[in-house]
Amino acid sequence: MGKYITTPRWVRKGLPRAVTYIFLTCATIMIFIPIVILMFGSVKTTGQMYSHPYSIPNPPNWDNIKLILSTPSFWNMMKNSLIVMVCTTAGTVIICALAAFVFSRMQFRGKNFFFNLFTIGLMFPINVAILPVYFVLRQLDQVGIPMIDQLWGVILVQIAFQLSGNIMILRGFFTAVPTDLQDAAYMDGCTNFQFFRRIMLPLVKPSLSAVGALVMIASWNDLLVPLVVLNSNNLWTLPLGTMQFQGQYGQDLALVSAFVALSAIPTIIFYFFAERQIISGLTAGAVKG
Amino acid sequence: MQLILAVQRKFNTYKNSLNRRRMQDYIVIVLFLLPALVLFTLFVIYPIFRSLYFSTFNWKGFGPAVDNIGLDNYRKILTDEVFLKAIKNVLLIIVLSLGIQLPMAMILAVLVGRDLPGRSFFRTIFFLPYVLSEVNTAIMWMLLYNADPARGFLNAIMVQLGLQPIAWLADMKVVIFAIFITLTWKYFGFHMLLYLTGLQNIPREIEEAALIDGATPIQNFFYITLPLLGSTIKTSVYMSVLGSIQQFILVWVMTKGGPVNASETMATYMYRFGFVRFQLGYGSAVAIIMFILCMIFSLLYQALTRKPDYLTGL
Repeated sequence: MGKYITTPRWVRKGLPRAVTYIFLTCATIMIFIPIVILMFGSVKTTGQMYSHPYSIPNPPNWDNIKLILSTPSFWNMMKNSLIVMVCTTAGTVIICALAAFVFSRMQFRGKNFFFNLFTIGLMFPINVAILPVYFVLRQLDQVGIPMIDQLWGVILVQIAFQLSGNIMILRGFFTAVPTDLQDAAYMDGCTNFQFFRRIMLPLVKPSLSAVGALVMIASWNDLLVPLVVLNSNNLWTLPLGTMQFQGQYGQDLALVSAFVALSAIPTIIFYFFAERQIISGLTAGAVKG
Repeated sequence: MQLILAVQRKFNTYKNSLNRRRMQDYIVIVLFLLPALVLFTLFVIYPIFRSLYFSTFNWKGFGPAVDNIGLDNYRKILTDEVFLKAIKNVLLIIVLSLGIQLPMAMILAVLVGRDLPGRSFFRTIFFLPYVLSEVNTAIMWMLLYNADPARGFLNAIMVQLGLQPIAWLADMKVVIFAIFITLTWKYFGFHMLLYLTGLQNIPREIEEAALIDGATPIQNFFYITLPLLGSTIKTSVYMSVLGSIQQFILVWVMTKGGPVNASETMATYMYRFGFVRFQLGYGSAVAIIMFILCMIFSLLYQALTRKPDYLTGL
C-alpha cells in the first residue's frame, strides 16, 4: 500500500502520458514533413526552390499558383474530375443500395450464388484487372459502343470495381435494420419498392453517405483507369494531369509543387469535412470484408 | 355446396394474392439486381475469361489474335528473371509491411488508446496520408528523395548527421526500401484506424480485472489486448498483403520499376508489357497469374481464419 502513496499521482500517470505525447508528436511531425515541404515549395520561385528548398518561403511567392490557376486546362481537368467523381459516386451508391437490398431482404433461389459471384471482385482488384478490362473496352469500341477516350468509359469501369466491396458493406448495414419493420410495412400493404424507398433508404442514410464519401475519394484519386482509358488531353482528370505535368515540367520543382499542392488541397478540405463518414465506411468495410 | 364454393373462392383469392406477391418479389429482385449484375459481368467477370483466352496467344494487339502458343507465355513469365525479381520485391514489401508497418501502427494505436486527450486529433492526422492520391504522394516523396543534398530534404539530413547522401530512387539496392518508406507513410494510418476501432470494442472491464490481478501493462498488452484484437489483426494483414500484391501507381510514378527493374512489382511488369510494349497476350498471362495469386491467398486466408474469434464468436 505504502509505495502507492509515496509516488504522487501525477508522476504515475503524468510521466507515461508525457512520453506518449512526445512519441505521438514525433510521428505527427513525420506525417507533416512531406506535406509541409510541398506546401512551402508551392509558394516559392524556382530560384528559391533551388537555393533554399525546404525553408519557410519568405516572402511567399504566389506566381506559380496564379499561373496554374489562370490556365484553362487546369480548370478543365478539375471539371473532368468532378464529372467523373459525381457520376461514379451516384452510380455506385444507387446500384449498390439496390443490390444490397435484394441480398439482405429478399429470398430467392440462387441468392448465395450471386452473392458469392460478387465476392470474386475482391480478389480481382482494378490494378490487376486493368489490362483485361482494356480488352473489353476495345471490344465494345469495335462493336460500335465508344468506350475508349470517353469519360463514361472511366465512370463505368470505376463503378464496376466499386461494386463488390460496397455491396458487402451496405448489405451489412441493411441487415441490421430490424425485420419487424419489414413485416409491419408489408402488413400495411407496402410493396417491396415502397418499403425500400420510404423506410429502408431513410434509415440507412448514414451508411449511404459513408459509402458515398469513400467512393468520392477513390474516384477523385484514381489514376489508373483514366490513364488507360483517356487519350485526349482535354479529357484528362486531375491525377492524370498531375502525372503528365510532372513528366513535362519535372525539372521545375517549384511549379510541380504548386500544381500538386493545388490538386491535393480539395482532397484535404473534403477529408476534414467528411472524416466521420470516411472512417465509419472504412471500418465497416474492413470488418465486413 | 355454398360452403364449398365459398371456401374455394377464398382459397383462390388467397392463391392469387400470393402469386401476385411472389410475382412482385421477382420483379423487384430482377430489376434491383440487374444494373449491378450487368456492370459486374461485363467489366469484372467477362474480362477474366477474355484474358484467359488471350493469354494463350502471341498477340501484339493488331488485328485478331491468331498465333496460339498454348502455355508458352506462362512458361516465359515464370522463368523471366525480371518477373521473379518483381515477385521477390512484392514478397519483400509484404514481409516489411507485416514486420514493421503493422507493428508500428499497433504501437501508435495502443499509445493513442481509448481515452487519451487529443485522441481524435491524432487519428485525423495519422489518417490524412491515406486520403491523398497516390500520384500526389509519389511526387511529394520524390521531392524529399532528391539525390542532391542541396535539394532533397532527406539527404540534407543525412549530410547534417555526417553521413553519405544516398541516391534513394536511383540506387538499385535502396530503391525498394525507399518505396516501402513511402508506402508506410501513406498506409500505416489505415491499419492504425482498424486497430483503434478494434481496441474500442474490447470491454474495459477485462483489462481492469487483469490490472487489479497485478498484470503489468506489458503483460496486459500481450496476454489480453493482442489476443482480443485477433480478428482485427487478421483483417489488417489480409488488406496489407492484398494491397502489396497489386502495388502500382506509387512505384510507376516514382521509378517506373527502375532503375534496371530494381523496384519492379507484378503490376508494373504487367503494365509495361500490356500498355508500353503492347504484348497483349503476354500481359494477359501476367494478369491471370496475379489473379490466381490473389485468389489463392484469399482462399487460404479464409480457410485459416475460420477459427472462432474470442469476442464476436464469429
